[in-house]
Amino acid sequence: MDTAAHTHGHHDHHDHKPGFVQRWLFSTNHKDIGTLYIGFALFAAIIGIGISLLMRLELAHPGMQIFANGQMWNAYVSAHGLIMVFFVIMPALIGGFGNWFVPIMIGAPDMAFPRLNNISFWLMVPAFMLMTAALFVGEGPGGGWTIYPPLTDNTYHPSMALDLGLFALHLAGASSILGAANFITTIFNMRAPGMTLHKMPLFVWAMLVTAFLLLLAVPVLAGAITMLITDRNFGTAFFDPAGGGDPVLFQHLFWFFGHPEVYIMILPAFGIVSHIVSTFSRKPVFGYLGMAYAMVAIGFVGFVVWAHHMFTSGIDVDTRAYFMAATMVIAVPTGIKIFSWIATMWGGSLRFETPMLFAIGFIFLFTVGGVTGVVLANAGITQILHNTYYVVAHFHYVLSLGAVFGIYAGIYYWIGKMSGRQYPERLGQIHFWLTFVGVNLTFFPMHFLGNQGMPRRYPDYPDAFAGWNLIASVGSYISVASFLFFFYVLYVTFTKGAKAAANPWGEGATTLEWQVSSPPPFHTFDELPRVR
Amino acid sequence: MRQAIGALTNRLARAGGAIGKGLAGLALGAGLLMAGAALAQTPMVGAPQPWGMGLQPAGGPIKEAIHHFNALVFWIIVAITIFVALLLAWVIWRYRAQANPNPSQTSHNTLLEVAWTVVPVLILLVIAIPSFRLIYYEDRAVDADFTINVQGRQWYWHYAYPDHGGFTFDSYPVQEGELAQGQIRNLSVDNPLVIPVGANVRILTTGQDVIHSFFVPALGVQKYTIPGRTLETWIRADRPGVFYGQCNQICGTNHWFMPIEVRAVPREEFNAWAEQAKTRFAQGLPPGPPASALAQQPAESATLLAEARR
Repeated sequence: MDTAAHTHGHHDHHDHKPGFVQRWLFSTNHKDIGTLYIGFALFAAIIGIGISLLMRLELAHPGMQIFANGQMWNAYVSAHGLIMVFFVIMPALIGGFGNWFVPIMIGAPDMAFPRLNNISFWLMVPAFMLMTAALFVGEGPGGGWTIYPPLTDNTYHPSMALDLGLFALHLAGASSILGAANFITTIFNMRAPGMTLHKMPLFVWAMLVTAFLLLLAVPVLAGAITMLITDRNFGTAFFDPAGGGDPVLFQHLFWFFGHPEVYIMILPAFGIVSHIVSTFSRKPVFGYLGMAYAMVAIGFVGFVVWAHHMFTSGIDVDTRAYFMAATMVIAVPTGIKIFSWIATMWGGSLRFETPMLFAIGFIFLFTVGGVTGVVLANAGITQILHNTYYVVAHFHYVLSLGAVFGIYAGIYYWIGKMSGRQYPERLGQIHFWLTFVGVNLTFFPMHFLGNQGMPRRYPDYPDAFAGWNLIASVGSYISVASFLFFFYVLYVTFTKGAKAAANPWGEGATTLEWQVSSPPPFHTFDELPRVR
Repeated sequence: MRQAIGALTNRLARAGGAIGKGLAGLALGAGLLMAGAALAQTPMVGAPQPWGMGLQPAGGPIKEAIHHFNALVFWIIVAITIFVALLLAWVIWRYRAQANPNPSQTSHNTLLEVAWTVVPVLILLVIAIPSFRLIYYEDRAVDADFTINVQGRQWYWHYAYPDHGGFTFDSYPVQEGELAQGQIRNLSVDNPLVIPVGANVRILTTGQDVIHSFFVPALGVQKYTIPGRTLETWIRADRPGVFYGQCNQICGTNHWFMPIEVRAVPREEFNAWAEQAKTRFAQGLPPGPPASALAQQPAESATLLAEARR
C-alpha cells in the first residue's frame, strides 16, 4: 500500500499546537483524544485490576478474609466487571487505538465529527466517577455486571448505589454510540482517494464492524437499563412479575446487547493482531478478504446467539437447540482468523519483538478460550457449567488474555509512533513473559474449579476448592506485578526511550501510519495521500 | 471397608480421568471408573474434591450422559488446541528470520481457505448431533414418578412434595460452628432433599424473591428459580448417596451460603421418611435425620475426605 503522502514542510504552520487547556480539555484532534482515551483506560485499569487483586486476596484461602460481607463482595465483583469492560478494554481499544489510527490508516485528516469525538471522551469521565462512587454508597451495586432484576430492583438494592451504576452505564453507552456514529461516518466518507473498502487495513475493518455492533447493541442496553431505572424509581413493573412484568425479559434485552459486546471488545484486538503478525512476518496478511469478511460474519452471527447465556433460564428446549447451533457457527469464522494468522506467518521471516510476542500469545490463548467456548455452546454441558468458574476461565481467556494482550500488543507496536520514543525491547520482553505466566497461572486452574462445580461470585467456598484457588491467587499476584512492571516500562520509554523513526519495523509495516513522522504532526495530512 | 475402597477407587479414577497427564494415564483412569461403577451400591458422595480437575462423579443417568458427551468434546478441543500449538511452534521455529531471511509473498491459497472453513464445519457437526440428543434427554422426565417443588429464597431452599401429602420444609445451611462430625463446611444443610434411588423425579422450580439457581453437579441438574415462572427439569439418582450443590445465581449477600444437599436412599427408606416427614413437618418439629441407613454415612464420607486431603 504505497502512498505519495508528503507530510513534511510547512512545519511551523501545521504542527502548531494549541495551549494546554485548549489542547487537552477542548480537544478536537483525533490523536490527542486517542491519547486521552488510552491514559483514561490505564487509570481505570489501576482501579479495575486493583479490585481484582482484592478479590484474589479474599479467595486465596477459604473463609472470609478482607471483605466485610457477601454484599460488599458482590459490589466489588460487579464493579470489577463493569470497569474492565466499559472503562478499560473499550476505551483503550476503540477510543484509544481507534481514534489514533483509523483516520491515519485511511488517509483522513481527522475524524468526521471532531467535537462529537471530544464529548465522547468527556462523557466517560463522569461515567467512571459515578461507577466508582456507587461502591461507596449504601449497599453498593451488588447485582453482578449482568444486573439481573429482581436482585437489582429497589426491594433488594434500595440505596442509590445501583442508580449511580445504571447512570454510569447510560453515560458510557451514550459515549459509545456517539463514537460509533463518528467511526462509521469517518470510514465511509473520508477515505483517501484510492482507498477502496477492499484495500482498507484490517484494523479499520475491525473498527467498522465494531462501530456497527456498538450502534445496534448499546441502545438496547440503554432501553433495558432505562426500564430498570423506572422500575426502581417510578413504580413501573417491566421486570416485576407482581406487576405483570418478567425478569427473563431483562435477560433477553441485556444479552442482546451483552453478546455483541464481547465481540465489540475482541474485534479491534483481531485487527491489531493482524497488522502485527503481518509486520513481523514481513508478509502481507494471508487471505485478506477472508479475514475482513470473517469479522463481518462474526458481527452478524454475534447478534443472533444471545440466549446461549440463558440456557438455564427456562427457555424452551427447541429454542436452546437453535441458540446452541447458531453459537457453534461462530467457531467457523473464528477458525478462519486463527488459521489465516498462522498462514501469514508461514513462509515469513519472523522477528519476535514484544508486539509479536503478545500477538502470538494472543493467537494461542484466544484459541484456548475459543475451544472452551465451543464446550459452553453445548447447552447439555452448560447445564452443569453455567455460572461456574469454567465460564470465568473461558471469558478471561478471551478477554483478559485476548483483548488485554491485544491492548498490550497495540501499545508496544504503536508507542513509538504515538510518543516518538521507542520502548526498551528487553524490558518489553520481560513484561510479556511475566504477564504470560501470571495470567495463565491465574485463569487455567479456574477450568478445574468450574468442572468441580465452584459457582462464580462466591467470597467463600467449600474447603475442597482451596488448592486451585490458592494457585490462581498466586498467579494473580504475578499478573499484578507484571502490570506494575508495565508502568515502569512506560516510564523508561518516556524518559530514556530512543527516538522512534517514522517506521521502526522495516518493510513489513505497510500501513499509512508508518509513512508519517513519529509522532505524527499535529495535523497529519496537509494534502490527502493517494493510495495506489 | 469394601465400601471405602470402592469409593477411593472411584476418586482415583476421577483424578486420573481429569488430570490429563497423558493418554496412558487417562485410559487407566477410564478403566478404573468403570470398575468403580461396578460397585454401584456403594453410597457415593457427590462433592468437590481437593485438587479435583474433572467433573464431579455421576450420580445418575443425566450426569452420565453429560460425561459421555463431555469426553467427546474434551478430546476434540484438546486435539484442536494441540494442533494449533504445533502449527505455531513449527512456524516460529521454521520461519524465524535467521532461518528464513527472505519471506515469501504468498497471500492466497483457495484450497487451503476452503479446507479450514469446511473442516471446522464437519467437526461441529460431529459435536452437534450428540449435543442435540443430550439436551432433549435432559429437558424433562419422560415418565416422572413424582414431583418435587423447589423454591430458592434469600438464603435457603424451600422444598415441597405435592405427591406425598403436600408437606413442605425449609433447608438451611449448617453454620460453621455447628458442623457435626462428617458434615462439610458450606455444603451441609439441616434438612436435605431426599429422593428414592432409581426414581425419575420431576423438579419444578419457582422463585419467590430474587433469582436463584438450583445446581447439583453430580446429578447433572441446574435450573434457575425465577419469580413469576415455573420451570421444569428432572433428576434421577441411580445409586444411594449424598449429592451436594450450591446456589448458582448471584442472589444477594449470602449467595455463597445457600448450599443444596440431596440424599438418595432406597425406596423403602424414602417411603418411611416421607411418612414421617408428613407428620414431623406438619407439627413444625425440628427436622430429624430421616434415613437410618444413612445416619453413619456422612461420617464415612468425611473420613474419606480427610484421607484425600492427607
